[in-house]
Amino acid sequence: MRQFRSMIYPYVLWIAIMIVVPMLLILLYAFTKGANDVATFRFTLEHFGRFFSDAVFLDVLKRSLVIAIWTTIVCVFLGYPIAYAIATGSEKSKIFWILMITLPTWINMLVRTYAWVGILQDDGLLNKFLGLFGIGPFHMMYTTFAVVLGMVYNFIPFMILQIHTSLAKMDKSFLEAASDLGANRVQSFLRITLPLSLPGVLSGITLVFLPAVSSFFIPKLLGGGQYVLIGNVIETQFLTSGDWNFGSAISLIMAIIIMLSMYLTRKVDTDPAANGRGE
Amino acid sequence: MKKKKRIGAKIILGLTTLFFYLPILYIIVFSFNNSRSLTKFSGFSLRWYEKMFADSNMMNAIVYTIVIALLATVISTIVGTLAAIGLSRSRRVLKNVVEQINNLPIMNPEIVTAIGLLMFFSAIGVEKGFLTLLLAHIMFCTPYVILSVSPKLRSLDPNLADAALDLGATPFQALTKVIVPQIMPGIISGALIAFTMSFDDFIISYFVTGNGVNNISILVYTMSKRINPSINALSTLVILLITLVLIVVNVVPIMKEKRRKRI
Repeated sequence: MRQFRSMIYPYVLWIAIMIVVPMLLILLYAFTKGANDVATFRFTLEHFGRFFSDAVFLDVLKRSLVIAIWTTIVCVFLGYPIAYAIATGSEKSKIFWILMITLPTWINMLVRTYAWVGILQDDGLLNKFLGLFGIGPFHMMYTTFAVVLGMVYNFIPFMILQIHTSLAKMDKSFLEAASDLGANRVQSFLRITLPLSLPGVLSGITLVFLPAVSSFFIPKLLGGGQYVLIGNVIETQFLTSGDWNFGSAISLIMAIIIMLSMYLTRKVDTDPAANGRGE
Repeated sequence: MKKKKRIGAKIILGLTTLFFYLPILYIIVFSFNNSRSLTKFSGFSLRWYEKMFADSNMMNAIVYTIVIALLATVISTIVGTLAAIGLSRSRRVLKNVVEQINNLPIMNPEIVTAIGLLMFFSAIGVEKGFLTLLLAHIMFCTPYVILSVSPKLRSLDPNLADAALDLGATPFQALTKVIVPQIMPGIISGALIAFTMSFDDFIISYFVTGNGVNNISILVYTMSKRINPSINALSTLVILLITLVLIVVNVVPIMKEKRRKRI
């Protein structure tokens, strides 16, 4: 069955040019200086030095990580009950609710983020609603709250879907066995459901953390122009100041942080010591 | 006990629905607002739609978004399907390498892919504009098509194509009459993913476009610095379009199935 084997070669060429070469360019620019001119082209680590010795950039990095971690935490604690509520329903309601969660993700992220601008205004819908109970008004636009909210809104479907998948795969007879053996509902949740759904939580964490660290339009739309995250710095380097070498170095730093966090989550996932509460 | 739990679940799911759909509803309602305000509804009007249709920037962005999405979908679906078929017959080493590289644009933060493409296009001296936008969209859509077609190929009997060839079909006939119909559901869902990915893309488009070629997302981003209710009208249009596509894609197979059952 070799007839169709050669059909892969054009695509190999295509990905070599369109995927591999751009990635190599990032590496090249990150480690060199004056790459636009072959004569002055030389290897350097100074872009990394500049990033890690400048308090402004370190601040941005810290803020990006804090925001991404907050987003991930909120997504876990809101997403888990939602996924659980879906997974305990009937087959028909499961399909319906999964569709309800997935549908908004098909709509443009920028549009959905922009939708919050009106709701979060000082005289916006949320403050009016809180006003009914005599709370507020709070200033919400252009705050960390707004940025985290925007990220949770955009990324929580990934978390819900991942957790739901692992809950749905769970063998229900474990729960029956546990209750036959005298476990109450809290015990069987903590010792069976939770450990068995942990892989879903972990892959959900990766799927939320990754876009949250690198996002740059959510902070701009909901956090305002002064709210700078690492994605915004990369944007500025490429589109405003034109320092591609420094921009490449920063995106490399970001990519390494993301890879590290993915590696760590995967390690927890496969590490029986961290995963062994279910025995 | 059981009943109480369902009530809890219902409250959670009700609030979830509110959380997901309220902003979408809000933007649709305020696109019909009579005033500029994003917070006070002062009466029904279509003035922001009139403004949108009169704004050549917005109309151009809509046309570019649709044209790019359609072209990128058709090309990446064909390229991705052929590549997936080729991949399913390749030697393991090549297969692994291609699959790893294929995953890069999916796993990488979009902004990293975006700056890579930006530097690549400038290195080879292509002017930023329609062509670079289209090439970039094909580049990030194709991996999703391959991911969606490959599982269908894995469950396909490899002897089917052999049988067709033994019976005198040309390789092209074997491909179009035997393999493709079998993997059609994967191709269709791949095409759907490609279309919405392209239609909704902001980050990569934002970095690789130029020369006044904008898509809807870029326009929303650049216009959102000031309050401009035409964005609401544009957003409503985007929401309606995508909903329509999703309804057609989801409902048509169900209708077909029902009709088949009735017969």
